[in-house]
Amino acid sequence: MDLRRFSNGIALCGALALMLAAASPARANPFETTLSNGLRVIVKEDRRAPVAMHMVWYRVGAMDENDGTTGIAHLLEHMMFKGTKKLKPGEFNDIVARAGGSDNAFTSHDYTAYFQRVPAAALPRMIELEADRMRNLVIDDDEFARELKVVMEERRLRTDDQPQSQMHEQLMASAFIAHPYRRPVIGWMNDLENMRPDDARDWYRRWYAPNNAYVVVVGDVDHKKVFELVKKHYGHMKPVAQPVRKVTAEPPQTGERRITVKAPAELPQLALAWKVPKLSDVENDREPYALELLAGILDGHAASRLPRALVRSSQIAVEVGAYYDSTARGEVTFMLGGTPAKGHTVDELEKALRAEVKRIADEGVSVAELERIKTLTVAAQIYKLDSTYVQAMEIGRLEASGYRWQDADRMLEKLRSVTADEVQAVARKFFGNDTLTVAVLDPQPLDPDAKPRAKPTGLRH
Amino acid sequence: MRTHNDSPQVIPMIRFFRSALLRAVSVLAFATPALANVDIQHWTAANGARVYFVESHVLPILDVQVDFDAGSARDPEGRSGLAGMTHGLLDSGAGGLDEDALAEKLSDLGARLSGSADNDRAGLSLRTLASAREREGALALMRTVLTAPEFPAAVLEREKSRAIASLREADTKPDQIGAKRFARALYGDHPYGRSATVESIAAITRDDVLAHYRRHYVASRAVVSIVGDVTREQAEAIALQLTGELPAGEPLPPIAEVTMPKASTERIAHPANQSHIFVGQPVTRRGDPDFFPLQVGNYILGGGGFVSRLTKEVREKRGYAYSVYSYFSPQRQPGPFQIGLQTQRAQAADALKVVDETLASFIANGPTADELKAAKRNLVDGFSLRLDSNRKLLDSLAAIGFYGLPLDWLSKFQERVEAVTAAQVKEAFQRRLSADHMVRVIVAGD
Repeated sequence: MDLRRFSNGIALCGALALMLAAASPARANPFETTLSNGLRVIVKEDRRAPVAMHMVWYRVGAMDENDGTTGIAHLLEHMMFKGTKKLKPGEFNDIVARAGGSDNAFTSHDYTAYFQRVPAAALPRMIELEADRMRNLVIDDDEFARELKVVMEERRLRTDDQPQSQMHEQLMASAFIAHPYRRPVIGWMNDLENMRPDDARDWYRRWYAPNNAYVVVVGDVDHKKVFELVKKHYGHMKPVAQPVRKVTAEPPQTGERRITVKAPAELPQLALAWKVPKLSDVENDREPYALELLAGILDGHAASRLPRALVRSSQIAVEVGAYYDSTARGEVTFMLGGTPAKGHTVDELEKALRAEVKRIADEGVSVAELERIKTLTVAAQIYKLDSTYVQAMEIGRLEASGYRWQDADRMLEKLRSVTADEVQAVARKFFGNDTLTVAVLDPQPLDPDAKPRAKPTGLRH
Repeated sequence: MRTHNDSPQVIPMIRFFRSALLRAVSVLAFATPALANVDIQHWTAANGARVYFVESHVLPILDVQVDFDAGSARDPEGRSGLAGMTHGLLDSGAGGLDEDALAEKLSDLGARLSGSADNDRAGLSLRTLASAREREGALALMRTVLTAPEFPAAVLEREKSRAIASLREADTKPDQIGAKRFARALYGDHPYGRSATVESIAAITRDDVLAHYRRHYVASRAVVSIVGDVTREQAEAIALQLTGELPAGEPLPPIAEVTMPKASTERIAHPANQSHIFVGQPVTRRGDPDFFPLQVGNYILGGGGFVSRLTKEVREKRGYAYSVYSYFSPQRQPGPFQIGLQTQRAQAADALKVVDETLASFIANGPTADELKAAKRNLVDGFSLRLDSNRKLLDSLAAIGFYGLPLDWLSKFQERVEAVTAAQVKEAFQRRLSADHMVRVIVAGD
């Protein structure tokens, strides 16, 4: 029976890959050029609708911060909407909105990026605006003070009042004791309290330069015209000598770490993080691809191993999950986690999660379940073509993490070449005790009379 | 816990696009075809199912959604959560296949079957590759799930336990506590005001689920929306294939009329760092003649992201909140107008005062000429962005179909926005929003 599914799976996966090739626009697409000042421009023509997705990515994120000023990459991202030598605070958003568009920005450990989604006719103005704020930002003290309060509210909303976020924040801070991924992207509250306008100005001067950025455009555009526009608005900028990046490598972990986080909640939660390799060499690495497929086999669809065994069958858990992303500038972990069902403990859940990995280490995976994950991965690549945003994000994230956008196809081919033996081998190799960090959320009763634990913070300006 | 969502490594600058735009707007309010030439084909199948189709061969993808009048407003007294439970169990065993077999077969085809349910609607959507083998296999599975669900008793019990666990967890979260109490304060005992409780979930029997399914998942009220790489002939066959085995169904009573609430303020103690503030009242139903003045006005008041008055007053000028928004959520019966924000608890009163003043000033004076112009440029010129993917198109088709909106809804959208005057906005806000009915819920305020 397995054999039949095997042959089906292979045939389908191959057929899908052909379909993907057929669905993708002409071979030369996307198009790329680099200005003499180092600014790279990547344009993917997609003429389905008269719209353009315009993004500017900076190769700088929270991992480039130092202790004492954590959160500055994200805070600067907010300040990028607060005016330039030409524009008043808020005018950027106003121009985008009046052009029929919407805009936003996001910050991660690895990168900071800005985007506008606009009618294609408005693209030239967007390019002009992004070029302006790459070099001409004005950071006003009062604007800074107010935006800092906004970011503190953001931290309260996303982290301080979210037990799961607190657990995750502290898991990262424990799994990494030296590598900068130990620090939260939004910054520690105390660092926000101590932040000064000059911290933002220094950050901006150091990192916001054409040679540390790239432009991504996906939409109903002519790539040659986009290249011309980018050259017109950015071409005069001089490159800025980039500081040497000293990213502390995480020393080898030589023993299990366990932490507990107490917060108001009903159910406990559990997260396990193992240090595993990331994708460093697209062509020659094998283990990162195998780990990607392992994550899919554990949690890639509703009937994959973790939900099937722990939520549906034994009912030890109400939620379970696995997470691994092989692409990153920094170091990566493979995570398992979940919420135990009533009457079950986090200890039981931990054992059950690890037993599922051990089962794969001992018995391997069937070719059918491996092919299923490959099929889903290839199909997802076709579905991506329905969104200019998702297509632009894929290009942007690969570039930010130290890969090239061209690697996407090769990565997919490599994923498709992973064997069941390779999946079994990584399940055997990477899930011991010594590289594991365990975080437990210990739920506390909701005492309505209790005051919040985080001290109320006032600004010191 | 979804470990996938665990990682707050990427922080979008503004979150309220999700709450405000997705809930209020994207389904229909500002649904607009990029493709000015969007050609919606509509017919009624022999079994009474209404079908809406847009043919598009650019990508080898097919999206299909089937909706029913089977949302939580149809929950019987004492069984709140039944509609959601029934909907959630559709793919837990059907046509002789158990839940794992169904999920595996869909995955083997690269297909995705998902669902959504709200006050009014419950439905399933399928995304599949359009190639014959994948398409036919995926549609056959969707038909099985829609027309032959088995509702296995053991899965029902398990899902009840999970739902109860999730409810208990939600009752510790200030945003979710607030949302429930706000619905209750707006609607009282009307179905829109009820939420599932531990007791109402525990009371659900398999017979309840079967009865709900048989009564509501019927051909005469099925709305089939199809977008993608198939021909009209194929779309006709798909609509019949998916709904052909459903019974015609008996007529349903209308959802009860909404009684306007008296103005009230409810404060709920909670140890959170931030107060969660909800302000609003029931206002609009689908097809409301005031739709355009209210939506254009709301863009200016609190719907227009960074450029709205509420964002400028609360966030930009005072740094009180990361997210502040307003929206109208038109439903079959009057859905809420809602303002929401979260702020450090010590300044909740100050922030609420700013919200009150901003709203009062907008109602009293309406928009300025420049604000109205800016709103129109965004809504009219940005029309193409609202329908630039098959997925967005499907959402719009489904809403047009379910609520019986005119077929020219999309093609007339821009001119109807252009026609709105400042006087109309002011008049509509004054007539439809009243301090006498304004409800407030504050969770974790000092």
